Amino acid sequence: MAQTVFAPWDDPQAKPLIQFKNVTKRFGDFTAIENLTQDIYEREFFSLLGPSGCGKTTLMRMLAGFENVTEGQILIAGQDMAHVPPNKRAVNMMFQSYALFPHLSVWENIAFGLKREGKPKAEIEARVDEMLRLTRLVKFAKRKPHQISGGQRQRVALARSLAKAPKLLLLDEPLGALDKKLRQDTQFELMDIQEKTGTTFVIVTHDQEEAMTVSSRVAVMDEGRIIQVATPAQIYEAPNSVYVADFIGDVNIIDGIATRDGDGYRITWAEGQDPFIAKTQNSFADGQRCHLAIRPEKVAILAERPDDSANAIEGQIIDIAYLGNISTYHVKLVNGQMIKAQAANTRRLSRRTFTWEDRVWLSWTDTAAVVLER
Amino acid sequence: MRRFSWFNATSLTVGFAFLYLPMLILIIYSFNESRLVTVWAGFSTQWYGSLLQNQSFLDAAWVTIQVAVASSTIATILGTMGAYVLVRGGRFMGRTLFSGMIYAPLVMPEVITGLSLLLLFIGIGLDRGIFTVVLAHTTFSMCFVSVVVSSRLVSFDKSLEEAALDLGCSPFDAFRLVTLPIIAPAVISGWLLAFTLSLDDLVIASFTAGPSATTLPIRIFSAVRMGVSPEINALSTIMIAIVTVGVVTASIISKRSSLAQQRDEQAAARAT
Amino acid sequence: MRRFILIAVPYLWLMALFLVPFLIVLKISLSDIALSIPPYTPQLDLTEGWSGIKAFLSQLDFENFTFLTQDPLYWRAYVSSLQIALISTVLTLLVGYPIAYAMAQAPDEWRATLLLLVILPFWTSFLIRVYSWIGILSNEGFLNQFLLWTGIISTPLTILNTNTAVYIGIVYTYLPFMILPIYSALEKMDGSLLEAAEDLGCSRLSAFWLVTVPLSKAGIVAGCFLVFIPALGEFVIPSLLGGSDTLMIGKVLWEEFFSNRDWPVASAVAVILLLILVVPIVLFQRNEQKQRELDQ
Ligand SMILES: Nc1ncnc2c1ncn2[C@@H]1O[C@H](COP(=O)(O)OP(=O)(O)O)[C@@H](O)[C@H]1O
Ligand SMILES: [Mg+2]
Repeated sequence: MAQTVFAPWDDPQAKPLIQFKNVTKRFGDFTAIENLTQDIYEREFFSLLGPSGCGKTTLMRMLAGFENVTEGQILIAGQDMAHVPPNKRAVNMMFQSYALFPHLSVWENIAFGLKREGKPKAEIEARVDEMLRLTRLVKFAKRKPHQISGGQRQRVALARSLAKAPKLLLLDEPLGALDKKLRQDTQFELMDIQEKTGTTFVIVTHDQEEAMTVSSRVAVMDEGRIIQVATPAQIYEAPNSVYVADFIGDVNIIDGIATRDGDGYRITWAEGQDPFIAKTQNSFADGQRCHLAIRPEKVAILAERPDDSANAIEGQIIDIAYLGNISTYHVKLVNGQMIKAQAANTRRLSRRTFTWEDRVWLSWTDTAAVVLER
Repeated sequence: MRRFSWFNATSLTVGFAFLYLPMLILIIYSFNESRLVTVWAGFSTQWYGSLLQNQSFLDAAWVTIQVAVASSTIATILGTMGAYVLVRGGRFMGRTLFSGMIYAPLVMPEVITGLSLLLLFIGIGLDRGIFTVVLAHTTFSMCFVSVVVSSRLVSFDKSLEEAALDLGCSPFDAFRLVTLPIIAPAVISGWLLAFTLSLDDLVIASFTAGPSATTLPIRIFSAVRMGVSPEINALSTIMIAIVTVGVVTASIISKRSSLAQQRDEQAAARAT
Repeated sequence: MRRFILIAVPYLWLMALFLVPFLIVLKISLSDIALSIPPYTPQLDLTEGWSGIKAFLSQLDFENFTFLTQDPLYWRAYVSSLQIALISTVLTLLVGYPIAYAMAQAPDEWRATLLLLVILPFWTSFLIRVYSWIGILSNEGFLNQFLLWTGIISTPLTILNTNTAVYIGIVYTYLPFMILPIYSALEKMDGSLLEAAEDLGCSRLSAFWLVTVPLSKAGIVAGCFLVFIPALGEFVIPSLLGGSDTLMIGKVLWEEFFSNRDWPVASAVAVILLLILVVPIVLFQRNEQKQRELDQ
């Protein structure tokens, strides 16, 4: 069964739902968003990822209409949003603090936006009930926000912002206040709801695992700029910079000098050591500085030197972090550089081969690493 | 950065003008040359001079200060005890009645408090004078002190007292060495509140003072009934000045100490 | 033992100087006026033992209360006190709310100063603050001078010694009591609630009505009681700013007592004033209680 992949960003015919055109936002002389251009498509689950203070909330608040754009334009469905107040936008926001009205019951909170539209009473009731069922809150309809748990509050906030069936739903760190287990459950719930309702989601998070789980595309931000936008897999496997590689997941970075060699590069990284071999789409001039980025799970750890591997290097185990299903070994190379390597714990503890101080060999293939310019 | 919106700036300006213009006019016209209080006739400080020569005002002021110091001091002691009983007293017979008696005077109209105390003093044949005013003022001020102190006591971590007991303090030492220093700001504001209430009170003092002890408010009231007078303006200016200096100084001191604490905490956070 | 003293001292003090005097008022309100010192009968004579008490009780009656209901003066005084207190409370709310609102919206570095400015008048003498209005409201006063000068009026308005002056006086002196609870309710409010309301389709104005006002309700209620309760028994303001036809119970009680020397009737007036106050006081307590529970 042929299933078309959801990738409107690769389709030149597709019309974006949201367009940022050279958007700059300043607070006084502080620039929070700098000359940002980005399209977001209908039905996307778009994540904004970045360290605290990089401008994620500001970006959302501009979409919702709480902040004006200093320079540039934001278009939603082709319409310039510059002079449209928040209450006139087909955009709803789920607030970081949930912002549930403490004087209204769960039911009334969800009905709040519908009542503003002046819909007939029966219609409002039907819609609220639908939302309560969708978020599994039927039992709590009569309670006030302070009488329900954190997870339930978060679902009320979600139901309230979904009730008006917005074209675009903004979620600002929606799961930040939940514990890990509840957060994971809710992530799947969110994806499920997004699938059912067909709403476009833009979600802010600083949890990279969360972004990877839920998103169609992830935007990694730093200091008011988007550094890379790509699908979770691309972001992980083919980061465009050391910043992105380092931000998403664990990575080993080795600095070196690139020299062309066949369809790949030889990377000289330390005096008197064999260069590493890596294949890459990026091109470098001979003698250019570059960074080799390798994920720990792509580094194999062995007792003997492997015969057929593209890259092999000897080192000594300094530390072992036992994580249950896997262990991470911190291995020191001859020049003092630390490399992390992961191995699955397929055997019981007492039968494990490596221990502290052991001399071991690390190896990876010529396609395991990415070579980055910056 | 938040700014004042047009609407907010207007309501604050109009609101504070309403609160302060009457007093400002009073102050300005206390320096008026003329006896006619609503016509400006040039600058003069003569009314301050004549006020300070007026023995009846000076006597009344002295009575008032004696009453205020005595009543606020006793009220602070009794009120702090009352607060402690309310918050830490546990169960005892008549607890509800006790808390009722602490809160009721706060909402009791002054005319009733005054009337009832006067009837008591007459009933037991107590001669009215400074002493009876002190009794009366102490009674209603101690309730205000109780409320101020108990709100501090409620937010005070009980385990500190328990730690003191654990380390060998007697209950009284625990109170003296641990609780009192921590609730001291509330006790001091309680005293100031009691002092101000006593200085300010006209109605209860009128009932309980009798002819021998005229307090300043009673003296002012009888003068004011005749209409506006420049001497009263001068007296008001002096009282407003004292209060303003007092309140502003107190708030600066408390702001300084909270800033210093903040700075210390930040320094400590950086050091670790 | 120490605990006993700790409880007993304030307890007995309040018993002796609050509860007992109040019972005396109750008793005298049931007695008759007499030309003696003290000017009422019966006197309780405990030397005669049980028969004395019986004789005493048999002479008590509700005559004074009946008298209060028959003389329209008292009836009108109660109604007019309620009316004046109610109107001034509403006026204070209308003046105080915008100020409290603006304070809560003010930049952080301004808040402490604004708060100080609201509290400062509270520490200044009540009497002086009432007095300051006499010079403003009188016929040749500053307000009339100003209005004549601007040409809005051609003959001076009579404001002093009318109910209008009493309203102004009450609003002026009790304004801080209205502002502070409303301010503290508004200040606690999470700003994102208003944004959420706008996000869900409210205009600024409807967000104010649907979110800000309900959330400051507890502050509004507290402020209104804090103004209404003392205003009802107010004496200084009606006697300095009000006219001879301004009827307020506090003033009537004062005059019964000091001018007519009718202690039993004065006591009866006091008892009824208290009965009237019980309702708002109980409601106020409930409101506070509810608020405390919500805060926890
Ligand atoms: N109203 C404001 N006034 C001034 N600076 C602001 C304002 N809102 C946000 N900023 C600044 O803009 C930057 C980005 O903030 P924000 O978008 O909230 O970051 P985050 O990515 O953590 O959500 C921060 O440095 C913050 O201090
Ligand atoms: Mg944020």
